[in-house]
Amino acid sequence: MTRVCRTAFIALATTAIISPLGSANAEELTVMATGGAWQAALRQAWFEPFAKKANVKLNEQEYTGELGKIKAMVETGNVPIDLVTVETSTVLQGCDAGVLIRLDYSKIAERSKFLPGTALDCGVGIDVYGDVLAYDTTVLKEAPTSVLDIFDTKRFPGKRAMRKAPAQNLEWALMADGVPAADVYKVLASPEGVDRAFKKLDSIKKDIVWWEAGAQPPQLLASKEVVMTTAWNGRIQNAIDQDKRPFALVWNNQIVEYDMIAIPKGAKNLDLAYKYLAYAAEPEVSAQLGRFIPYGPVRADATPFVPKEVLPKLPTAPDHMKAYLVSDVEFWGDQGEDLVKRFNAWLAQ
Amino acid sequence: MTSVAMPAFSVRGRDRSESLRPLALAAPLLLLLVFSFGAPIVALLSRAVYEPTIANALPRTAEALRADGGAGVPAEPVFVALAADLKQAQAAGAVFELAKNLNTRLPGARSQVLRAARLASQNQAASKEAMIKAAPLLGEQQSWAAIRSGVHPFTSFFLLNAFDLKWTNDGTIGAVPSGQAVFLRVFGRTFLVATIVTLATLALGFPLAYLITRLRPAMAALVLVLVLLPFWTSILVRTAAWTVLLQKYGLLNDLLLWLGLTSDRLELMYSRTGLIIAMTHIQLPFTLLPIYSVMRSVPPSLMRAAQSLGARPFTAFWRVYLPQVIPGVLAGCLLTFILCLGYYITPVLIGGASDQLISNFIANYVNAELNWEMAAALSFVLLASTLGLYVAMTRYLGLDLFKMG
Amino acid sequence: MLLSQYPTTGERLRAAALWFWCILVLVFLVVPIFVPVPLSFNSGSFFTFPLAGLSTRWYEVVLGTPRWRAAIGNSLLIGFGATVLATILGTLTAIGLSDPKFPARRLVVPLLISPLIVPVVVTAVGTYLFYARIGLANTYAGIILAHTVLASPFVVVTVGASLTGFDRNLMRATSILGAKPHIGFFRVMLPLILPGVLSGAAFAFVTSFDEVVVVQFLANADQRTLPLEMFTGLREQLSPAITAAATLMMALSILLLIVANLLARRSRRDASVLVE
Repeated sequence: MTRVCRTAFIALATTAIISPLGSANAEELTVMATGGAWQAALRQAWFEPFAKKANVKLNEQEYTGELGKIKAMVETGNVPIDLVTVETSTVLQGCDAGVLIRLDYSKIAERSKFLPGTALDCGVGIDVYGDVLAYDTTVLKEAPTSVLDIFDTKRFPGKRAMRKAPAQNLEWALMADGVPAADVYKVLASPEGVDRAFKKLDSIKKDIVWWEAGAQPPQLLASKEVVMTTAWNGRIQNAIDQDKRPFALVWNNQIVEYDMIAIPKGAKNLDLAYKYLAYAAEPEVSAQLGRFIPYGPVRADATPFVPKEVLPKLPTAPDHMKAYLVSDVEFWGDQGEDLVKRFNAWLAQ
Repeated sequence: MTSVAMPAFSVRGRDRSESLRPLALAAPLLLLLVFSFGAPIVALLSRAVYEPTIANALPRTAEALRADGGAGVPAEPVFVALAADLKQAQAAGAVFELAKNLNTRLPGARSQVLRAARLASQNQAASKEAMIKAAPLLGEQQSWAAIRSGVHPFTSFFLLNAFDLKWTNDGTIGAVPSGQAVFLRVFGRTFLVATIVTLATLALGFPLAYLITRLRPAMAALVLVLVLLPFWTSILVRTAAWTVLLQKYGLLNDLLLWLGLTSDRLELMYSRTGLIIAMTHIQLPFTLLPIYSVMRSVPPSLMRAAQSLGARPFTAFWRVYLPQVIPGVLAGCLLTFILCLGYYITPVLIGGASDQLISNFIANYVNAELNWEMAAALSFVLLASTLGLYVAMTRYLGLDLFKMG
Repeated sequence: MLLSQYPTTGERLRAAALWFWCILVLVFLVVPIFVPVPLSFNSGSFFTFPLAGLSTRWYEVVLGTPRWRAAIGNSLLIGFGATVLATILGTLTAIGLSDPKFPARRLVVPLLISPLIVPVVVTAVGTYLFYARIGLANTYAGIILAHTVLASPFVVVTVGASLTGFDRNLMRATSILGAKPHIGFFRVMLPLILPGVLSGAAFAFVTSFDEVVVVQFLANADQRTLPLEMFTGLREQLSPAITAAATLMMALSILLLIVANLLARRSRRDASVLVE
């Protein structure tokens, strides 16, 4: 028994030492993000400089990007976080569910300075990323030329990975079925259009491996589990630049999207949260993220501050904008819930 | 388990206190279980039938509907009441939650409700005609069926939905459109996977359990340790091991190719086969150990007696041995089956999109869809089938999974 | 003992077939457990064979980086708290239950074992929503309580099993000889049932140390445990650090298995009582 006690004591002592000691007096700001390489980039580009500049303690938390935990916090009135990064579609969901507050843009920046669709009621954009196609150059002999090649199982046989969500996949399915990019959301708004998209997805369903977390696509390529995968450009670029993987990106027909940041209802350090949002929205500051992961700023006047060597890797580089689609936030806000349900039913079949 | 014969020492007056003392010993744990296990689960399950958002947001509409009394699209006063409710909800910021909840019951209602509320708060939609123009769904009978059921905080919507059922316009229960029918399929899949895994563990575990009872004690102890080793190893560790083994360029595929059993690399990760292999591995000790503990108590001389009386080996096994070990077999299989129904980790990590079991759907409804009522309803069905199975087996087959004093 | 004294050919064939099958089953049971071990010494950052070279760099990651160390510390703290609570409460309950006068046994026993039967996702979601309301979500206390609930049935069952061999007349004898009840408990009963109590505690510890579903809901970033770290790792970023963590966890399991086995043998039962 004494040995058990001693082990336990050591365990307790270790925990006491390694668990972060909250300092009671300094101002604190708690940010929750979705982890991985992306959060590391946010830390270097914004969190640490802001903490130094505003002389506050900035705590980081991680989550899966799903709002369930925040909803539980809000429902019980105990909200230990002040800022949370979310996807665009999640912003609308959280807005409706009363989980995120409606932002007061007078405390952040002039709303018109942001790119269209990046300054929403409950969330403000932080970066621009591209949904692209990625493959391992040592596996595929013939290089795909468009994201839509993922539907071509004749030329590119084998498993392919797509994100486990209807967004983007339905758009690509329609484009692969011959719908021009400009008409995609118009067609998708009709029941026949939705049927058509699912029918196109059906044609490759048995070859699809579904990914959920952004770090999975490079992993799936590395283990050769799939021959190609849709992915967020930054994750693949980092695998190429930092891990020296023989991967390549296909930009043709990319879908352009935005990451957002929001304030949960009941956040305790509201003023400081707004101060952070205002700081990160400054043109020069907002360009910093590109130094750590190739995602672009959400305001046009920030582009001059993006380092020259990063520009060609951004989704907004002229070479990458020959054929693209901008994700329609309004459409997904209206139809998202139905389409997710339909998508899940389709998956289960 | 034998009970010790006990001399009757007790004096009559002390009977009560003597039966209270053992209860007092168990009281702390029982209280903990009731408050931190029983209460949360009851609270969770109550969400499946109690959902007051719509009732709270539409009090005037509810009253007007009662006064209206009809079944189809109601008359003018109800629309006026609805406009007033929407106006207030818009002012109070509750309209988004209302729209989201109505959308769950009435797909496509979200944007129409929001538009109607926006107009109502500008006093531009105070009549039936104007409301239907803003929200065409309000001109349809099925929308009002949904609203009428929604203004009651107690609802059967989610429980019915868990069986892919809903109330139809004419007040009967019918199936949901095939595009939305998910759950029966998922429950069926969960039961199918549980059945296959149970049978697989039985086929692998029964002979091994038999062999252990026939080994010399030292050897038997060694084999038992080998069986217990995975049992004591973290599920995460074993799942991690299987992700290594099952990968396309993993060891299992290497082995199969080398043995010449397959000509191509099999897709085992993110597949049903991979999931079943990993689950069988994790569950095997759970099936095996109860079987073994019963087999141990069957004297081997019985089989020999049967054979010396002229029974063929198979007959002796079938007629003499098997009936005696059946309780162990049932207990082991029941334990594995019940545990399989609740699997969550392994399907996430090894199963593909069409191999997710009911627990995965519950977690998804809680975390991603923010539809806790649906999660509660699915939990209710899962819990009811698990407990039902357990009770049936213990009652009617006289089984006791966890024999106690 | 598989064969009779004068085995026939059929008997020999059957025995050989049985051995063959059982060896395959044992290979299936045991080999996968050890697969992560060699991978954990891989010097490359891949999760696959063949190995790039040997190194202990992933152990340095697991034992050296704050993130993994915090996870190990959390797992030990939570496991220890839940073990102590579950062992004390479970032992008391088992002693109470072993009294033939225990009232309403038919109601109490199902309640006691229900944490084993209720699907863990249902427990996790229910506990999460309930604890959030009373301020226990995202706290160590909340996770320890939830794990105590999950681990307690194992203690009750194991201690209960060791109590069946305990002669209650001993307790009567001590009380007739004038000893107070707690003296009788510590001097007479506890030493006799101690092996059962300790193996119950080992079971409780492993239950908590292995648990990930409840933690996934109840913990925030400060309370991440080792299994949770592995779960997120497996789901998102496969690195050989996971195999190193797995190897460490397995070493601990083997150690506990040996301890529990020795204890069980001391109480003249073999390991199978652990699941009876």
